[in-house]
This record gives sequence, structure tokens and C-alpha cells, in this order.
Amino acid sequence: MKFSEQWLRSWVDPQLDSEQLAHLLTMAGLEVEENEPAAPAFDNVFVAEVLSIAKHPDADRLNVCSVNVGEAEPITIVCGAPNVAAGLKVPCARIGATLPGDFKIKRAKVRGVESSGMLCSGDELGIPDGVDGLLLLPADAPVGTPIRDYLQLDDRLLTLKLTPNRADCLSIKGIAREVAALTGAEAKPVLAVAVAPSIDDAISVSLHGGEACPRYLGRVLRNVNTQAATPDWMKQRLARSGVRSISAVVDVTNYVLLEQGQPMHAFDLARIEGGIRARFAQAGETLVLLNEKEVKLDADMLVIADDKKALALAGIMGGLDSSVGDETRELLLESAFFAPEVIAGKGRRLGFSSDSSHRFERGVDFGASREALERATQLILDICGGNAGPVTEAVATLPARKPVTLRVSRVAKVLGVQLAAEEIVAILGRIGLPTALAGDVITVTPPSFRFDIEIEEDLIEEVARVYGYENIPVAASNAKLAMLALPGDARGKMALKHQLVARDYREAINYAFVEARWEADFAANANPVKLINPIASQMSVMRSTLIGGLVAGLKHNLNRKQERVRLFEVARVFNGVAADVQPERIAALAWGARAPEQWSAGKDKVDFFDIKADVEALIAPRVAEFRRVAHPALHPGRAAEVVLDGAVIGVLGELHPQWVQAYELGQAPVLFELDVAALLSVRRIKAEPVSKFQPVRRDLALVVDEAVSVAELQAAFATVKNPIVTEVALFDVYRGKGVEDGKKSLAFKVLIQDTRKTLTDDEVDAAVNQLLRKAETCGAMLRA
Amino acid sequence: MVANVQTLLDEGLAALAATSDAQELENAKARYIGKEGAITALLRQLGALPPEEKKTFGATVNQAKQAFEAALQARRDALAADKLAKQLAAEALDVSLPGRGLPSGGLHPVTLVQQRIEALFRSIGFDVADGPEIENDFHNFEALNIPKDHPARAMADTFYIEDEGGGEPLVLRTHTSPIQVRYMLNNQPPIKIIAPGRVYRVDSDATHSPMFHQMEGLWVEEGVSFADLKSVIVDFLRNFFERDDLQVRFRPSFFPFTEPSAEIDVLGERGWLEVGGCGMVHPNVLKNVGIDSEKYTGFAFGIGLDRFAMLYYGVNDLRLFFENDLSFLGQFE
Repeated sequence: MKFSEQWLRSWVDPQLDSEQLAHLLTMAGLEVEENEPAAPAFDNVFVAEVLSIAKHPDADRLNVCSVNVGEAEPITIVCGAPNVAAGLKVPCARIGATLPGDFKIKRAKVRGVESSGMLCSGDELGIPDGVDGLLLLPADAPVGTPIRDYLQLDDRLLTLKLTPNRADCLSIKGIAREVAALTGAEAKPVLAVAVAPSIDDAISVSLHGGEACPRYLGRVLRNVNTQAATPDWMKQRLARSGVRSISAVVDVTNYVLLEQGQPMHAFDLARIEGGIRARFAQAGETLVLLNEKEVKLDADMLVIADDKKALALAGIMGGLDSSVGDETRELLLESAFFAPEVIAGKGRRLGFSSDSSHRFERGVDFGASREALERATQLILDICGGNAGPVTEAVATLPARKPVTLRVSRVAKVLGVQLAAEEIVAILGRIGLPTALAGDVITVTPPSFRFDIEIEEDLIEEVARVYGYENIPVAASNAKLAMLALPGDARGKMALKHQLVARDYREAINYAFVEARWEADFAANANPVKLINPIASQMSVMRSTLIGGLVAGLKHNLNRKQERVRLFEVARVFNGVAADVQPERIAALAWGARAPEQWSAGKDKVDFFDIKADVEALIAPRVAEFRRVAHPALHPGRAAEVVLDGAVIGVLGELHPQWVQAYELGQAPVLFELDVAALLSVRRIKAEPVSKFQPVRRDLALVVDEAVSVAELQAAFATVKNPIVTEVALFDVYRGKGVEDGKKSLAFKVLIQDTRKTLTDDEVDAAVNQLLRKAETCGAMLRA
Repeated sequence: MVANVQTLLDEGLAALAATSDAQELENAKARYIGKEGAITALLRQLGALPPEEKKTFGATVNQAKQAFEAALQARRDALAADKLAKQLAAEALDVSLPGRGLPSGGLHPVTLVQQRIEALFRSIGFDVADGPEIENDFHNFEALNIPKDHPARAMADTFYIEDEGGGEPLVLRTHTSPIQVRYMLNNQPPIKIIAPGRVYRVDSDATHSPMFHQMEGLWVEEGVSFADLKSVIVDFLRNFFERDDLQVRFRPSFFPFTEPSAEIDVLGERGWLEVGGCGMVHPNVLKNVGIDSEKYTGFAFGIGLDRFAMLYYGVNDLRLFFENDLSFLGQFE
């Protein structure tokens, strides 16, 4: 809602300057989004009359004008404007004037002719009017009056960013009511006088929409000169509210909408066949609206119709056919109430909204329909002339205004501040809410202009707002202290992030909606969750894997000449739409050298086993199993699924060469993706006693077939249930001289230790032999 | 004769001083006090002298020998020290060469800010909650007192999800508020949570991202009032920005799920800056989740984590948060 401050001040004029007024409104919940001057600063410009003009002797395009500025003697001004002519009233900047842009007017000779000022265009005064040449003023403009006063330029334009609950402030009348309540200043409303009918013509109105349209007032106006000019004062107020002047009748309806908050509509009476019917549309019914679009109406849309056809989309937009045109001489003026529920959402469904629908869907004062109709009638008769018939009013069941009770004690409980009953009653009274006090309980009957007062909290909000949020104390909290649970067998996902940071990964954040191609490539997902209204086609499906985003992040950084990229992301993926199939994942990608390029580090590329160590560190102290797996994103020979406690919790591997090529990555990144939930439970540590006896180390070098995995041997060793075997760990893999082709040598370190005594050689040998026997079940032989 | 001893000793001491390594030192030792050494030879002559001379001459030679031995030891120590010093000098490193191994990575600035806020709220007993990002109409709108066609729905342009099931409309959550609905459905008061997470709106320009981060806060307990809300928010903002004199104001506003509602503004260098919204939980919301609104009251608030990260780190382009450019991310160690 944008409006002229002076217009508001003509209704209520508190002792506040413009800035204070804006602050007052903002702090009362009517946020002033913009507060700008109606015109830039300038001075010494007056209404002047051009008495005569003569061609400049030395310049074709210049005129020498004799100008009356309201003094005894006319002054001489040289003017180059194309539209200058004798008899015109125009703005004149006198010697000493300063125009916008700090342009100073001095006495000057123009090609030898003395000029004592400047006649001004709208542009030169910072109030563009689209005219090429001087700003033309009405013939009755009083000569000598400062132009700022005459055009009321010392005005400011305020724009309110109103919340949907405050429809009552979508008019000058409503804002004035609020300002009067907040400041105690006296309101001087413009009262509409009932216009006595001068003709008998009336139209019948019938309501068929039930509560959708419970009040409709119509009035016939005849002999209206719709070609009459809209008065300048009205044009100016409309312009300062951002409304373009169209024609006198349309301007009046817009003016009343802004002033009274009541959307009005004028029909061309000649286009109406029979009476007015407010009814729901028939499915499939069509109507060409004022914006020249034909819309197909739904059965839940309310229309204003005559006996034959729909004329207007009620409360949203009039129809083109029955609109007021140049030929129109007879009008039907409408002032009605349409229920918010029936208007809400319809404009959006049809793809547009209007000032009218904006107000109706938030709630229009159904107690003021007649006042607005009288006001509009009066303005049209004043401007266009004509005769008004009697008002026809049809009424059904109007919205109920159920009394709402407010307990004084509840105010204290919710706001945390004690207010006396009398103080609360006074506050509510000031904003026009009628109250009745009985003991601790205040009963309020909401007025017809409020649509947001239904429960006790609605009233508490009003009390808080008018009392002032800044006056509510900042409390020392009186709630009980309770510590948070801190389970020893769980950790937060922040701990996982820190672990990857410590391993030289940087955190990325990618959009959850991705290209369908990523889902196909990296997850073989032909049927991802789709957005109905994506902002772009490459953001149209929900991801089921984080790999695509990391590959895109890699690509982005390679394009920026990075030589080594290590990224991770923690985010939800979408395996479906249900709440329980949107698990969080942690995924990471590494590309380039194992370590940053450095004086003492090798240039080895990061490989599968580097990233495997990262995965193992995330899972530790628990130990996962890694099994070769086929995965659409990964190299078939260099991919593993990660199995923890029998469940697959993710994958690890090198990106498939086909994607390395397709995404132009040069070399393969290694990456992993794991379920976050599986990593959050940890083993609560229980300490073991430390042995006083030295461990004995023996090494076992075993030769096995290439096909035998280390995991198979480890599984075999694990079946040895000898408590003195404390560790069996691989420390070398060897192929080559001394080991026949197709075989490999695996060297294990074996630690043997007893917590109670020093071990004998026989005991140690026996333990090692047990391990060897188990290894032999995998085809292993002691290396010669 | 005694004079000769002194001359010999002086010679010997000079020989010691002239040595430059252990070998030369041992040679000098042999020449003077070894079996065939000059001082040793003098001692051997003692037997042939008369008793009175024997006594004085013997004492003189013994003193000379002791003096030589002391000098020998001193020279030995000095040579050893010298040798060690040379060795250490040879082993010296350029300590300014960079250290070896992996450096540290870094968290995303939005995560850093989230972590900071979580720590502040945990310190006053708020737990952290989360929920799904594809939400149904009930959790994202209805339960929060935003019925269909309510003008407030136009406040957030919503992403809708195709659903083959054809049940109630599915959306990408437009705010983190559905998390409070889910939490309140499953827990009874006292409830004190914060809920950070990704949210989505159909909006994309220099200051809007179609995906961004919000954090919801909720405290429902007997006796929680608007005064408590002001206290927690002011305390949080002053601690977050580390400014005890930070001016905070609460401006009346409207949200369907709180009443009274307020916008939170802080006074910055260029005037008041909106940093979040808050209010007392609307009784309809409590009713929708089965909490007795007569007994319990509570407040909720919501802030934009990306916005807080921009303010905290002085980032002026929101898009940097979603490009994953290492030259940007690398600033957050």
C-alpha cells in the first residue's frame, strides 16, 4: 500500500514529523518499506503566466517571453521550449532559484538578450510528466504561488509492507484509524453524504452464492459524461499511490478503493440484460476479462451475472463487454462484500491478481459498503454530472462476529508483563474494539473491519502491539534448568565432518535438485523423484546420490586450474517421497596428488587405498568389511561396498572410466558415499588391563594364489580362539623373484602375549602353528 | 735440573695445545707421559739420585706430570666439544621448510556458523532436531495454521513434488518449521530444540537461492512468555556477534504459526537490519499437535543461516555459498 503522506494527514495529523510517523507505523506492525519525497528539493519556483512571446532576434529556436510572476512589472525570460505560447501558466524559476541537481538560476544574457529566470519543464523539476517542453499548469493556477505549494510537492510517499492479517490498513481510512489510536490525535474522516436519488431507476439484485456474497449494493446512474476530465487533485493522489489515471469513472472507483478500502466496480448499464445475480459460475462458462483474456471459469468461482450471462469475476476483475467505455452514459455502480474464502486463491489459479482481489481475499469491511457507494456516487456526480437512482441492497447472512474473551491473567502469562484490566480495556478501546469488563474477563466484539480477531491470542497480540514490544521487559528466565542427555555410545554428524576436515577435505554444499542425467549416470536411477515446478531443467529431479554434486564441484574447480581437489558433503538423498526414505549421507571425493605438491613429498596420485583409510577412520573403532561390488558410478574392478554389522552402509571406489571421459576429468577421482546414521553409533569404550609381560613378535610370510584375498586369510586367522594371540596384521605384499607367477607373498606380524606370565618358546610356537594350519585351509604355504 | 723439568713441561703443554684431533692428542700423550715419554723418563732417573735431591726433584716431576695430565684432559674435552659442535652444525636444518604430510581441510562457512549457534543454544539446554526435506502439506502448512488458499501461502513460493501415490500434495519444505511440528507430535513439554536445515523456495537471484538454510528454535514449557523470548533472542544475538551493546528490536509482524509475532531487527552500521522472525506459538499449532495450550505456552523463532554466515564473515554474495569454489572455501580453515 503506497500513499501520499499529505493525503493521510488530511484524515489525521499527529504532531510527528515524517520520519517519526514512519517509525510509529513500523513499530506498530505496519512496516514502512519506503519513505521517499514526492519531488526532489528545489526552491524559488513560482506559478507564472506567459503574457507574450517574440522570436529571439539572433536565434531561431529561442523566444523572448514577457512573464507575469505576480509582481507589478512583468519580467523577461528567454525560453527554448517548443510548447511555449502566450497565455500559458507554467512554472518559473526566479533569479536565485536552485533546481534539482544543484542547478542555480542566475541573471544571464542569452545571445545578447537579458533573461531573468527560467521557465521549467517537469523533468527540470524532478517530476517527469512525459511532456516535451514546459510543464503546463491549469488556467486557474494562481500566479505568484510557490510551485511547491501549488503542486503540493512537499509531500512524501510512504509504502507499507502489510502482513496478510492487516487488511484493515489497506486504505487511507484504515491507516488513519490506526494512527489516531496510536497517537491519540483526532481523526477527521471524510464523511460520505447520502446522495438523494434524482431518478427512480433501479436494478434488481438477487444473491445466489450464500455466504460467498452476503451483501450487494447497486445503484443506477444516468446521463453521466464519462468523457469528463479527472480533476488534478484526484489524479495527483492516484499517481502518488502508483495508480495511473484512465477515465473519470474508473479513477473514482480506484480513488474510493484507496480512500475507503472498498473495491468498487462500474458496469455499462446498457450491456446488462435484466437484473443482477451474484452466483457461482457454471463449470466451463467463459468470460473475457478487462485484461482482454478469456478465462474458463470453475464452479467454485463467484461471478456477477445478469439474466443471460456472466458480467464480471466477482471481487477480482470486471468483464470487458460490460466495462465503461467512451460511449457509456449509464452506469451501474457496485459496492459489495465477497467472503475472503471464495476470493482467495482464484486469482493465482488464473495467473493474475488485482487490487480488488488483494483486498477481498484478506477481508473488506462489510459494514461500510454503503458509505463507499455514497462516496463514489457523490464523486461521479461532481465530476461527470448525471442523475443517481436509489440504492438497491441485497443482504444474506453476513460474517458472524462472535465475542472473544480475554483474561487479564492470560495477558500476563503470555507476555510476561502485568497489565491492569483498565489499561488493557483502554488499549483495545483506542483501536476501535468495543469491550466489556467483568472481573478478570474482558469481552470484545470484533468490528466488521477486522478479520483477524477470533481467539484470545488475537487480542493479546493487539494489546502487545499497542503497548509496544519495546516496553515488554527482557526477562530473567524462570524456567527449570535441565541438562541435555549426552549418550556415550553416540556422536553427532558434526564429529564426522570434523574427521574429514582433519583428513584434508573441504566441505561442499550442493543443491538437492539435480540434472536427471546425473541420476542416470551415477545411480542408474531412471525414475528419480521429480519436481513439478523446477526453476530450470538441470534442477528438475531430487538426487538419490551425492556423487553428482561432488563431480560437478570437481569440474568447477578443475576449470579454475586447481591441481588437487578434495571435497565432501553431508546431505539428505531422496530414495522416494516418504519421510523414512530420505536418509542423510556423507560422501567425499579426492582427485590429484595424494599430498599437496611439496619439496619432500612424492607425486603419487591418490588411490583407492588412501580413500579406504579415510573410510576406515570414519568407521573406527568399529571395523567394516569391504567387498568387491558392481556400481553404476564406479570402476568395476576398483569398487567396494562397505559392510558394517552385516549391513551395506555405502560404497567406495574409483569413478568409472566412462564418466571420467564423459565429464572430462582427465584422471579418475576416488570417492565414497556412506549412510550417516550407520556412523553415529559408536562403541562406548571399556578399558582392558595392560599386561606386565613383554609381547613376542613372530612374522609369518605366506604364499597364496592371487585370487585369495587378505580378508579370507584374516577370517581364517580369526577362527583361532587362542587368547594369547593379540594381533595378526598384514605388513607386506610381495610379488616377483622367489614367488611363482599367479601367486603372491603376504607377510603378517603376529603378536603373542599373556597377561599372567612370561611365555615359553613352545607356547609361542604352538600359537604360530595354529595360525599356520588355518592359513593352509586357504591354500597358503609358508614362504621358503 | 728443576729448570729443565719446567722447560719440558712447557714444551709438552705447547704440544697438547697444538693438537687438532684425538690421534695427535694420543701421540702427544705418548711422547710425554707414555712408557717411553720424556716425563716418564725423568721419573725413572729418580732412583739414581741422592735421597735429599730425590725428594725435591720427585715432587717437581710429579707436579709436572699432573699438570700435563690435567691439560691433556682439558684438551680432550675441548676437542670432543669441538667435534660435536662441528657435527651439530653439519646436521642443521632449514627450519623454515614446510612440514610434511596432509594439511587440514575446512568446514563450509554455513556449517561453521551453524556449529557456533548450536553451541550457544546447547549451553542453555536446547537440543538439536531434524526432519525430512520432502514434506507433506500437513507438516509444512496445515499443522502450522496455514490453511489452503491462505494468503500466507503466497509468502513462500513452493516447490511441488510429483507423487504417483496421489495423496496430499508433497512439497520441498519451505521452512524448518515442520520440524517443530514433528518434534511436538512425538514429545511432550518441556520442549527446547533448535532445528537447522536446508529449505527450498522458487526464487533465484543475487540475494535468493532456491535452496538455503534456516534454523528454527522452539521452547514450549509452563510459564514461557514473550519476555523470555526477548531475553533468549537478545542474549543469543549479543553472544553470536560478540557485542554486548548490540541493539536489538522486536517489530510487530504476522506469521500464521505464532501470535503475537515479531520481526527481529539488529542495528547495523547502515540502520536496522532484519535478521529473523519470532513469536509465541499459536494455540492452533499446539492444538494440532496435541499439546494443552492452556497449560503450556511457548515461543518459536527462525533465522537464515546463510544470512548469519554472510554477516559473520562479511560475505556479500550469497551465490558463493553454493559454488564450492576451493578459492572461496579455502578461506575457512
